[in-house]
Amino acid sequence: MPITITMPALSPTMTEGTLANWQAKEGDEISSGDVLAEIETDKATMEVEAVDEGILAKILVAAGTENVAVNTPIAVMLEEGEDLSALDGFEVGASAAPSVEAAPVPQIAEPASPAPTANAAKTIAPVVPAGSRVFASPLARRIAGSAGLDISGITGTGPRGRVVKADVETFIASGGKTAAPTTVGTAPQSTIAATAPTSVTPAHAGEFVEIPLNGMRKTIAKRLTESKQNIPHFYLTVECDIDNLLAMRKKLNAQSEDYKISVNDFIIKASALALKRVPHANAIWGGDKILQYKDIDISVAVAIDGGLITPVVKGADQKGLGSISNEMKSLAGKAKEGKLMPEEYQGGCFSISNLGMFGIKEFSAVINPPQSAILAVGAGEPRPVVKEGAVAVATMMSATLSCDHRVIDGAVGAELLKHLKGYLEEPLTMML
Amino acid sequence: MSDTNFDLVVIGSGPGGYVAAIRAAQLGLKSAVVEREHLGGICLNWGCIPTKALLRTADIYRNIQHAAAYGIKVAEAEVDLEATVKRSRQVASQLSGGVSGLLKKNKVTVFDGHGKLAGKGKVAVTKEGSTSPTILNAKHIILAAGARARNLPGMEPDSKFIWSYKEALVPDTMPKKLLVVGSGAIGIEFASFFNALGSDVTVVEVLDRVLPVEDADISAHAEKAFKKQGMKIKKSTTVTELKKGSNTVTATFKDKKDKITTDSFDRVIMAVGIVGNVENLGLEGTKVKVDRTHIEVDAYSQTAEPGVYAIGDLTGPPWLAHKASHEGVICVEKIAGSKDVHPLITTNIPGCTYCHPQVASVGLTEAAAIAAGHKVKVGKFPFIGNGKAIALGEAEGLIKTIFDEKTGELLGAHMIGTEVTELIQGYGIAKTLETTELELMHTVFPHPTLSEMMHESVLDAYGKVIHM
Repeated sequence: MPITITMPALSPTMTEGTLANWQAKEGDEISSGDVLAEIETDKATMEVEAVDEGILAKILVAAGTENVAVNTPIAVMLEEGEDLSALDGFEVGASAAPSVEAAPVPQIAEPASPAPTANAAKTIAPVVPAGSRVFASPLARRIAGSAGLDISGITGTGPRGRVVKADVETFIASGGKTAAPTTVGTAPQSTIAATAPTSVTPAHAGEFVEIPLNGMRKTIAKRLTESKQNIPHFYLTVECDIDNLLAMRKKLNAQSEDYKISVNDFIIKASALALKRVPHANAIWGGDKILQYKDIDISVAVAIDGGLITPVVKGADQKGLGSISNEMKSLAGKAKEGKLMPEEYQGGCFSISNLGMFGIKEFSAVINPPQSAILAVGAGEPRPVVKEGAVAVATMMSATLSCDHRVIDGAVGAELLKHLKGYLEEPLTMML
Repeated sequence: MSDTNFDLVVIGSGPGGYVAAIRAAQLGLKSAVVEREHLGGICLNWGCIPTKALLRTADIYRNIQHAAAYGIKVAEAEVDLEATVKRSRQVASQLSGGVSGLLKKNKVTVFDGHGKLAGKGKVAVTKEGSTSPTILNAKHIILAAGARARNLPGMEPDSKFIWSYKEALVPDTMPKKLLVVGSGAIGIEFASFFNALGSDVTVVEVLDRVLPVEDADISAHAEKAFKKQGMKIKKSTTVTELKKGSNTVTATFKDKKDKITTDSFDRVIMAVGIVGNVENLGLEGTKVKVDRTHIEVDAYSQTAEPGVYAIGDLTGPPWLAHKASHEGVICVEKIAGSKDVHPLITTNIPGCTYCHPQVASVGLTEAAAIAAGHKVKVGKFPFIGNGKAIALGEAEGLIKTIFDEKTGELLGAHMIGTEVTELIQGYGIAKTLETTELELMHTVFPHPTLSEMMHESVLDAYGKVIHM
C-alpha cells in the first residue's frame, strides 16, 4: 500500500509550517533516513527524513507552500514492487486516520455514568492538530476534561513538558488563561496568537513588490509589536572607555589560536556578571508576580538572511571568555544556516544587540519578551574625553539598556549599567 | 596533602549524603564526603539494614515454629542470639564496604572526621583526637548529618537497662520482659523482633493507636495482629517514670483517665522519635534557619545561606532513607543545572514498617484525605480473598485504596500483610504518573500473586470487586 508522508510537527507547539523545499524529486528511490524536504517554522529550518523505503511517487505540496498544517499529507511513496497504478483509488490521508485517535479525547469508560466530559470535549474551542500528541498525565486529562478544557492549550511543567495535575489546576485558577511563562524557555505564544493579521493595502498608487512573510518575519512582527504595546520601556545610556578592554583582547588573542575573542564576547561576559551582581534585573514579569532567575542565560541577537534570531549563551556568568567566544561562533554559524535547535534559541533572560560593526554610534532596542531588558551596543570609536582635567582621546563605546519598568526600576537599571561599565572599563575585574 | 578544593562537599555519608556525592560526581562535579563514623550512615550501619537482618531471623524462626502446618517436622528450633546479631553486623559491614567501593569508583574523595561549616565555601574536618582541622574549599556544601534518637528527660538510654536503637541492635541478652516506648516504625520493628524471639513485650504509645502515622484501619488491623502474637499494647498512655533497680526497671504508666499503674521490665527500648543533628555544624553566623531541630530548606534543599544545602533527616519529614537519597539527587542536579529537575512530592513517598505482618503506605490516609477536603471513594481487599496469600499461609492482611471521587486521583494506598513492603512501589509509580482509577483497573496484574489484591482494592473502591 502506498505510504502517505505528512507534515511533521517539529515541536509540541508547532501547528503549521512552510514547506521550504524538496530535497527529493518524484521518481527518486528513497532509503530510510534520506532527507526528503526542508520545513521552515517560525524560527528554525529542519529536515524531514524518510522513515520507510520506497519510491517518491507524488509530491502533493509544492516547495514554498506556506502555512501547511501539521499532519497534512505532503507526498506519497510507493513501497517496493508497487507501481504508479497502486495510486489508483488510493486515498491520500487514509493512513493518517489512526493519528486522529491519538488526539487527547478523555476516555469515558462506563456508559452507565453520565458523561459530561464527552460533551465538553466536543465543544472545546481550539482544534488540536491531529497527530501532535500532547503528553499529559491521565489525571491532568481527567481534570481538564471535566472542566471542558483543551489540554493542548495548557503549558506542561512536568518531566519533558508533560502536562500534570498542577498545570491544569494553575490554568483553571488563573481563569483559564495561559499561565504566565514559568520558565524563560516558554515563549508566550498564546498571548501573541490573538493578534489577527490584518491585510493593509497602501492608498497611494505606485508600483511595489509584494514580499510574502516567512515564519520568522511574522514572529518578529507579532512579538515586537506586543513588546512595544505592552511593556513600559525606558532607556538608560552609558559611555564606556574600552581601551583597556581592547588591549586585553589583543593580548588574549595573541596567546592562542584556539579562540578569537570579540568585543561582543566581553560584553556577553560583562552583562552576565553584572546581572549576577544585580539579581533583581535577572527577572521577568509574570503577571501577578515577578520571576527572578537563578541561571544567567544571555540571548545574543544575530542578523540572518530574512530576519534575526537570538541564540542563547547559557550560564554565561560561569563561562570563560574563550568558551563564550567559541560557543557564540558556533551558535552564530548555525543561526546563519538556519540550523539552530529550539533549545539553542529559546530561553535567555537578557538580550544583547550589537550594531557596532555597522558603524552605529548608539541606538535603543525593543525588549524581546518575555525578557525584561535588552542592551543595545554601539561602535567603539575614538572620541575626545576629559581625563584628569585635560582633553584626551579614548576609544569610547555607547551602550543603551532598554528596561521593562514593571520589573526593573531606574535605579536597578542604573546599577546594572554601573557594574557593566565597571567590568568593561576594567576587564581584569571579570576574573575576580 | 590531598587536594582540598571541591565543587561539592557533603557532610555525612548516609543514604542522602553518599548518593548526593555519587550523583554529583556523575554530573562532573568534583565531590567529597565527610564522615565521622561509618560510610552509609545510620541507615546502613544502625538502622534500616541491620534491623532487616534481625527481622529476617524472626521470620525464619516463626516459619520454623509453624513448619508442621506446611508438612515439615522440625524437632526443636532454638535461637542463637549471638549468631543472629553477628549476621546482622556482617550484613551492615558488607554494605558499608559497598558504599566505600561505590564512592571510590565514582572518584568521590572521602574525609574521615567531623565536618562543619567554617566560613563561606569552607568546611573544617576534624579527625577524632585531633585539634587541627583540615579546611576544604567547596563551591557548594550539602549538610546531610542525619538525626539521632530523641531522649526523654530522666529516661535517657544508659546502655544497660534502657536501650536506644543502637543497643537494641546488638543485644547481649534476650530480655525476658521488654518495654518498648513508642509505637512508630522503629519501636514496632524492635517489638516485633523481640516478641517473635520469645520476649514478653509491652508497647506503650501516647496516641490512641499503634503506628499512628498510618491509616486508622491499618493501625487497628496491626494492633489486632500484634496482640494475637502475644504483644501487650498500652495506648493513650504515657510513661511518667522509669526507675532503675538492681536487675529491673520499674515503669510508671499514666493512662488517659489519669490512672497510674506500674510494671517491671528487664529492658526498655526508647523509640520516641528523632531529632536532627543540627549542633556542631557551624551554623552559627550563617543564614541557615533551624526550626526546632531541623534545617529549613526550599523545594530544592537550598538553605537560606547561599551555597549551603541540607537534605534527609536533617530537614523536615518524612524521615526516611529513600527521601534523603531523592533529595540528594534533586539537590545536586539542580546545582549542576540539569534539565527537568522537579521538587520531591512528599505525598508520593512510600513508607514501610517491617514488623509482622508488614505495613506499607503511600499518600494520604482516609482521614487526611477527608480533612483536605476530598470526597473519597475507598476500596478494601483482605488477604483472605487472595489465592497466593492462602497458598503462602499468610492470609492475614488488608489493602486499602483511597480515591478522589471527583477526579479519580489515587490519593493514598495502605497495606498490611506479608511482603507488602515489596508491593507498595506499584502504587508509588501510579501516583507519580498521576494515574486515575481507570488506568489501575486496566492494568493486568499477574495471577497468582499478592499484587492481585492491589487490583481488587481499586475495583472495590468502584464497586467492581470480583473475589469478595
